[in-house]
Amino acid sequence: MKQTPSQTVGPFYSLGLTQKRMNVLASDATLGERIRIEGYVFDGDGQAVPDAMVEIWQANAYGRYNHPDDKQEKPLDPSFLGWGRSGTDKMGVFSFETIKPGSVPGPDESVQAPHINVTVFARGMLVHAYTRIYFGDEPGNATDPVLSSIKTKVRRQTLIAAREEKNGKPVYRFDIRLQGENETVFFDM
Amino acid sequence: MKIQGYNPRDWKSHPPYHFEGYASSMKRAPLKRLAKMKQTLSEITGPLFGPEAVQPRDTDLTRNAGTDGEAMGERVIIVGRVLDEDERPVPNTFIEIWQANAAGRYHHEVDQHRAPLDPNFIGAGRCMSNEKGEYRFLTVKPGPYPWLNHPNAWRPSHIHLSLFGPSFVTRLVTQFFFPGDPLIPMDPILNSVPSKSGRQRLIASYAHDVTEPEWALGYRFDIVLRGRQQTPFESDGR
Ligand SMILES: [Fe+2]
Repeated sequence: MKQTPSQTVGPFYSLGLTQKRMNVLASDATLGERIRIEGYVFDGDGQAVPDAMVEIWQANAYGRYNHPDDKQEKPLDPSFLGWGRSGTDKMGVFSFETIKPGSVPGPDESVQAPHINVTVFARGMLVHAYTRIYFGDEPGNATDPVLSSIKTKVRRQTLIAAREEKNGKPVYRFDIRLQGENETVFFDM
Repeated sequence: MKIQGYNPRDWKSHPPYHFEGYASSMKRAPLKRLAKMKQTLSEITGPLFGPEAVQPRDTDLTRNAGTDGEAMGERVIIVGRVLDEDERPVPNTFIEIWQANAAGRYHHEVDQHRAPLDPNFIGAGRCMSNEKGEYRFLTVKPGPYPWLNHPNAWRPSHIHLSLFGPSFVTRLVTQFFFPGDPLIPMDPILNSVPSKSGRQRLIASYAHDVTEPEWALGYRFDIVLRGRQQTPFESDGR
């Protein structure tokens, strides 16, 4: 059978998809370093996109995914699913309250640096786009197999969120550029 | 570690990011080549939602507005199966839907179409596929609505759907249409699908076996997500 074709979320997706707040992944009980992730979604003219939607999927603080196909012997965190969704607001900003994930295994005994898996939707996007958020202060980025597969530093840099402090709390800033010179790296996998 | 991956996206089935006929895609389409990535643990896992994600009233859009009233319009029963490319059912997967009301207007502040809102209709619902991959919801048929893509542009009647499937890479957002709608051949969003058979697969079929006497018309819309590769590979990153 053939895959059902993708279509855009359209301008009114919030009706079906973001009526409930779904961008808080961590509760008080969740283990790990509390972080906030925020950023803009920009179009090819550098205009912020107020009707985009971002979803994230991540491992817990130990580096284990809450999914039966993750058979690692690391603990699950009962208070962490690892999934969240944020529409962009009128300014084109999305945000998540979560924890920093641990590292997870990669190909060939390699270790992937801590990262968050991202899906981007918008009015005007006929197919969602896949990208990843890496953390600017992680030494493991240098040997991460996926980051290393991106040949130029400028392109790699689009996947790396810079750490800032706001009111004493860590905030990682990650802007998504759908098109243009500094277009975010999007994956086909 | 062994990774049992999922089939790649079938770009003969999916639209391109950049499609001339759809004006909003012009500046929002990634234009650089996508980076090929071999699937890892991050891609073959994904959120799984439990039954608590759906309340019983979520599957009846004719009565889920929080009023005592019933939505206006032509009542329709939508059924279908969620399958993978090998025709295996995708069980217990979370489905979200949203749509315009019978007059072609969304319950949304951005929608300023001069058509009446229906106080008894929000136009959002959710359901979960069962063990056999089957889903079902009751709603009213959405009306066509105008948009600004080109002069005298109208979207054919359609219902938006969002699905997860078993992994991060099986995610799908799509919309389906109703058979016989004269606006279908002119719709740039549907026409962005590159093949005729692909476009056809986004049109529900009328299902008389689902139609209930003196109650509602039935339509069937099956959804196919990415299938799983047969043999696990030692993921070597090359
Ligand atoms: Fe729509």
